[in-house]
Amino acid sequence: MNKPLRRIALFCGLLVLALLIRDNWLQYVQADSLKDDPKNRRVAIERYATPRGDIIVDGDPITGYAESKDNSLNDYKYKRTYKNGKMWAPVTGFASQAYDANQLEKLEDGILTGNDDRLFFRNTLDMLTGKKKQGGNVVTTLSAAAQKAAFQGLGGKKGAVAAIDPETGAILALASTPSYDPSTIAGMTDEKEWKALQKENNPDQPMLNRALRETYPPGSTFKVVTAAAALENGLYPDADTKTDSPLPYNLPTTRTPLKNEGPIPCKDATMRVALKVSCNTVFGKIGADLGKDKMLEEAKKFGFNDSKLDTPVRAATSNFPATMDKPQTALSSIGQFETAATPLQMAMVASAVANDGTLMKPYMVSELSTHNLDVIEQTEPQEMSKPLSEKNAQILQSMMQTVVEDPQGTGNRAQIAGVTVGGKTGTAQHGVANSEKPYAWFISYAKLKDGSSPVAVAVVVEDGLANRGDITGGGLAAPIARSVMKAVIDSKK
Amino acid sequence: MSSTTNPSTQHTSTIGAIGAPSRRNTELALLVFAVVIPVFAYANVGLAIDDKVPTGLLSYGLGLGLLAGVAHLVVRKFAPYADPLLLPLATLLNGLGLVIIWRLDQSKLLQKIGQAGNAAPRQLLYTALAIALFSVVLIFLKDHRVLQRYTYISMVGALVLLLLPLVPGLGANITYGAKIWISVAGFSIQPGEFAKIVLAIFFAGYLMVKRDALALASRRFMGLYLPRGRDLGPIIVVWMISILILVFETDLGTSLLFFGMFIIMLYVATERTSWIVFGLLMSAAGAVGVASFEPHVQTRVQAWLDPMHEYLLSQAGVKDGVVHSEQAMQALWAFGSGGTLGTGLGQGHSELIRFAANSDFILATFGEELGLAGIMAILLIYGLIVERGIRTALAARDPFGKLLAVGLSGAFGLQVFVVAGGVMGLIPLTGMTMPFIASGGSSVIANWALIAILIRISDTARRPAPAPAPNPDAEMTQVVRP
Repeated sequence: MNKPLRRIALFCGLLVLALLIRDNWLQYVQADSLKDDPKNRRVAIERYATPRGDIIVDGDPITGYAESKDNSLNDYKYKRTYKNGKMWAPVTGFASQAYDANQLEKLEDGILTGNDDRLFFRNTLDMLTGKKKQGGNVVTTLSAAAQKAAFQGLGGKKGAVAAIDPETGAILALASTPSYDPSTIAGMTDEKEWKALQKENNPDQPMLNRALRETYPPGSTFKVVTAAAALENGLYPDADTKTDSPLPYNLPTTRTPLKNEGPIPCKDATMRVALKVSCNTVFGKIGADLGKDKMLEEAKKFGFNDSKLDTPVRAATSNFPATMDKPQTALSSIGQFETAATPLQMAMVASAVANDGTLMKPYMVSELSTHNLDVIEQTEPQEMSKPLSEKNAQILQSMMQTVVEDPQGTGNRAQIAGVTVGGKTGTAQHGVANSEKPYAWFISYAKLKDGSSPVAVAVVVEDGLANRGDITGGGLAAPIARSVMKAVIDSKK
Repeated sequence: MSSTTNPSTQHTSTIGAIGAPSRRNTELALLVFAVVIPVFAYANVGLAIDDKVPTGLLSYGLGLGLLAGVAHLVVRKFAPYADPLLLPLATLLNGLGLVIIWRLDQSKLLQKIGQAGNAAPRQLLYTALAIALFSVVLIFLKDHRVLQRYTYISMVGALVLLLLPLVPGLGANITYGAKIWISVAGFSIQPGEFAKIVLAIFFAGYLMVKRDALALASRRFMGLYLPRGRDLGPIIVVWMISILILVFETDLGTSLLFFGMFIIMLYVATERTSWIVFGLLMSAAGAVGVASFEPHVQTRVQAWLDPMHEYLLSQAGVKDGVVHSEQAMQALWAFGSGGTLGTGLGQGHSELIRFAANSDFILATFGEELGLAGIMAILLIYGLIVERGIRTALAARDPFGKLLAVGLSGAFGLQVFVVAGGVMGLIPLTGMTMPFIASGGSSVIANWALIAILIRISDTARRPAPAPAPNPDAEMTQVVRP
């Protein structure tokens, strides 16, 4: 009986060997792919096992963490908290245990959770010294004062503000109302709060980042781009040459008259005057005269039609139509037809003018750092394009200053004592047959006495009252832009 | 061993030299390790979870040490020549199992769904009962050949044990998986675990008597030796009844186990390779047959082939008449997340397996927290137990002892393979418990009894042959006369 016994012994040995091989396959060969499988809940547990790093504004964190208490499973240890979450939501995005994360929280997740390879050295050091792993920090370019001014300025109105430092492209304010507090959806059991914020349950869309991710018809503020195109293409040599524009002006090849808002002096008006009182006829004709290709080229230089504008949160693509006939070109050139822009895009337009024609790439993360603020990565300002020559930029500056400084200008309410302010109002009609309340726009920049330009800003208020055209942009949006600019200038002092 | 070796020398080499050392002190030294390692593991879990040494460390250490000590003294007194490895290996597994069960008791998730909380104290109690039964077996079973007398009683006993869960009112009402529990006075018992041992006694007793008839009085049919019906008939009938009962109880793991045990013992008894072929063919036919009408089995096979699909179905809450389980995928994730060295005791998340995390799936926790290294060690310990059992069978001097030892070790080995293979996704999951480490009273008690029987057989096998009777001729040859 011993021979079969030895064979049975061998057989049992083979069974154990098969198990050993299978185990090596599982725990060695396949281990990493199983471990990092996003459906493997351990990935999420690991993610919330350490305090998340902070998002920092002006040296102070606007985020924090708390130990989860609402979690019945108790395996997600820390959850995100936000300081003044409603105000900062368009900057931070949210990080939720149940609903993942978005915007900066999502894009810089590796740094914030501490899992980024660049933190490996620091983590290893912490492990050896027995310290708990901690996420790194994201230092933003934002200005707390500007953000506060923007958020309070918008108040209960629906709208958005984007402010940029024209010289670097650093984003200074990014506000969107109505907003939401990401703290309320940070935990595991916030399903009710989450559902209440969704588009289908809340037509106000509080989670929409209007400053970056929503496009609006820019209305008359687009006339700045049209004016730039006219100057760049030499259609008119300067701001004070009379333009060859009739009144009434029919859209080319049609009998449809292009109307101005009210009885304003637009016949053969100079570009300065046309911008000051916002003549549709003058800029419509400029656009039609230049043609769609030249207009498109200039719009692109300002950042339109760029589908990959990352701040690093990707901005929605602002649109200047590429295929259109002549009358449509005229309409597009005064910010109608299919022209659409994000508030950030219009702030970029103002910033390029203010920065003597050079457009800097907008960014909102200045540094990534470890939790004790050793810098891992620093963002260098980058030139994005040069939509205007320096000379033409200065001409355009003087035109925009007239809009604010001239008693008849539409942007009077943006004036700041002792500061040179240039701006442009806009009222964008939309909806079927312009049935809905128009959007009130204002774009502007400030220039200090030393010639530096610390801030350019774009404001859009969605529920502008439908009274006389540009007065609305000037009345509703300009004061907000003014307080944002003032906040930036005051904080520089 | 080559066929030219003199059969008599071969024989003496397996019974051991006269005056062989008893190896009791080796066993004691190994037992110290088998107790100290789990005690350290216990402290490790406490430090990892609560940052402090668990309060029960002393009582746990003393408890395990005491049980091991008692078992050792019983072996020293009543089975002095027993294999020195079996007891320490079983103690080590049992101790580590207790640690992991206690570790899963700390999981709030498992506490919440009622899968853990006080399983460890209960398991310690069962272990104490198991050591008691272990001692009883060694004290009262002076010679394993006594069991031979109970061949046919064992047959009836095994069938009764297997039928118990089907008795109305006695069978425990358990929704998931197999109907293999009975509840008596608030305790759940799995009679199948005990049936394993009792059936092995029947097979061994019957085959020992009939082995010559089975091996020799056979007809050759299509290259296979088929025995006469009257020799094989009774055993086939009993075996088939067991399998059928288990199929009705949907306990496929155990049916596979019994099948394998039967084939192994038949092969050893008859020395006919054709049994292996025959057995494999039959098991293949049986598996396909059962799978064709049993939705429970079909899901298990699907979960084995595509665990992710089953996971997604279970997450989506698909209701199509069968229970979709995320367990197979969760177990794979647990193993994968452990990697080579594991997360460390107390620092994994195998509680995500939820149902049966501390019983059928306990190996996944070992995998996650002790890693590839830990699992390989555990598997090798099981392998050693099986091989020591077969070594005992080799050493045994009587055919009954040989058959019983190989039947028990083979069944033990198959059980380890079926459970570990199922949890690791090597074969479809069948739902048995990992001997010694899984939470469950019946399993721990039955397996300690199994070890006791093996120790008894090994003691008989290694016991020095009695001193030869004085040879009357010897003296004459020594007388030298001038």
